[in-house]
Amino acid sequence: MSQTIHLHYDVPGDDFTRAGEASGMVKNRLKKLGFPSDAVRRVAIAMYEGEINMVIHANGGVAEIDIAPDRIDIQLIDHGPGIPDVEKAMQEGWSTAPDNVRSLGFGAGMGLPNIKKYTDEMRIDTEIGKGTTVFMTVFVPGKSS
Amino acid sequence: MDRFFHSVTLDKDKCKGCTNCIKRCPTEAIRVRDGKAVIMSERCIDCSVCIRVCPYHAKKARPDPIESIQNFKYKIALPAPTLYGQFNNLDDIDTVLTGLKKIGFDHVFEVSRGAEIISEATRRVMSEGKIRKPVISSACPAVVRLIRVRFPDLCENVLPLKAPMEAAAIMAKREAAEKTGLPMSDIGVFFITPCAAKVTDIKMPIGIDRSAVDGAIAISDIYPALVGAMNKLDGQVEPLSHSGIIGVGWAGIGGESAALLNEQYLAADGIENVIKVLEELEDERFSELDFIELNACPGGCVGGVFTVENPYVARARIQKLRKYLPVSCNHLSEEEVPSQLKWTSELEFAPVLNLADNVVEAMERMTKAQTIAESLPGLDCGSCGAPSCRALAEDIVLGQAKESDCIFKMRERIQSIANQLTEIEGYVPHPSISSKEGDSQ
Repeated sequence: MSQTIHLHYDVPGDDFTRAGEASGMVKNRLKKLGFPSDAVRRVAIAMYEGEINMVIHANGGVAEIDIAPDRIDIQLIDHGPGIPDVEKAMQEGWSTAPDNVRSLGFGAGMGLPNIKKYTDEMRIDTEIGKGTTVFMTVFVPGKSS
Repeated sequence: MDRFFHSVTLDKDKCKGCTNCIKRCPTEAIRVRDGKAVIMSERCIDCSVCIRVCPYHAKKARPDPIESIQNFKYKIALPAPTLYGQFNNLDDIDTVLTGLKKIGFDHVFEVSRGAEIISEATRRVMSEGKIRKPVISSACPAVVRLIRVRFPDLCENVLPLKAPMEAAAIMAKREAAEKTGLPMSDIGVFFITPCAAKVTDIKMPIGIDRSAVDGAIAISDIYPALVGAMNKLDGQVEPLSHSGIIGVGWAGIGGESAALLNEQYLAADGIENVIKVLEELEDERFSELDFIELNACPGGCVGGVFTVENPYVARARIQKLRKYLPVSCNHLSEEEVPSQLKWTSELEFAPVLNLADNVVEAMERMTKAQTIAESLPGLDCGSCGAPSCRALAEDIVLGQAKESDCIFKMRERIQSIANQLTEIEGYVPHPSISSKEGDSQ
């Protein structure tokens, strides 16, 4: 039986300066646990992108992370407007971010494509007016449960 | 010698066991045990923060004593450019260099000469494009050690070239051997250092097997004698300086980057800022940068613990001093970067901060630590000797501390014992219950 560690973080929606805090903490936990640096980096980048998305589009949300020796699962759950066209949102460069966000250097339309690029599995559950949950998984090579 | 040798030591009599150093150490390498600070050697990166923050001056670095130069027949001083910023009303670098010759050195060779060579070598290495970008400078030994213990993914980005001090030492020795005919073993080169990490780097270098430098003498140790000698020169100044704006500029943060003649760089100073930059770099957030210069000390090398002058004042003075210098006076003769200037081994990650050797065990420990941490008050007061409640929880799991080290936990226990005592105190035994029963019958 393999053990898992569960982590929970609130991602505040009103404070840009704190975006990245949760993914930063997850990264440091994974490093302390001695996960291979490539897996740590992929989780950190993908989760950071998701976190930023929640701040820009959904007024924040929560992050639920499950760490197992062979895989890291992340759920980013928000109660924002939902994504009307997921296929379009997955295209590189497609963005609905407002100008004030773009002026900060975000909203380049690389968030979801980057999550896909850096994770092994990714799924989006979204409902207009209800919110979005992004599921992502990074498998850890060389560790089978 | 120990792979994790350090130049920082503790004066036990002066240490009060306070929380200043444990709270500020960037790698959580210090604990207070039995009322005295203890450095966990494998975690220490020689950044000097503890030396700087200790209000009792209990933390000290150990440079080599000035007398150690007497072990060599021919003694060469290698002054860091930072030295030039330590003097009032100085208008000529040669005054400093001549002063060094008056206090016992046979010759002076500026580290800024080595810096100009390394700058040129860096430009060539960067244009070859074989090292992962952004390339991180390897000049600050504390930064290299920080990356080694905390940033496994960035080890590959570190510039595999020797520091200017090493380049200068090699050049100075070769030149002296040719000039004097003495064997290399009779020639001693001594770095005049602003920095404690350099002392460590000479004794236990990273990237190379052995340093070409024979010792490091602190600027603060040499300063009184040097000022005295400089004041007695009476205009008899030798023309010894042979470096330009590029080399001398290395003393302050941004100097090394400016020398690359490429604007795509970032320069950060102060260990906390350095960590922030490395964290973001690790998450690939600086795609447009070619070079990263990081200095552990505020202001760059001018902020080293062995300096005597305020780092920003020193930097302003150096800016003025270099104004009339040529751009650069030292150049590589060959097309190729000579192998003598290159690191001979790669920077290898040292996982000293991990909770265990394998992930499964580390996860068990982290779960236990999490449970313990939740039971602690979360004040991060440091009274237990660890920098935070979380660090104490991890220490407990690793068998290096116990729960009762927490004074709040201790208070709870004492209160519960006290409560039990009052209960016992109020308890009056009824010795004759059975006889009473007998009476009533």
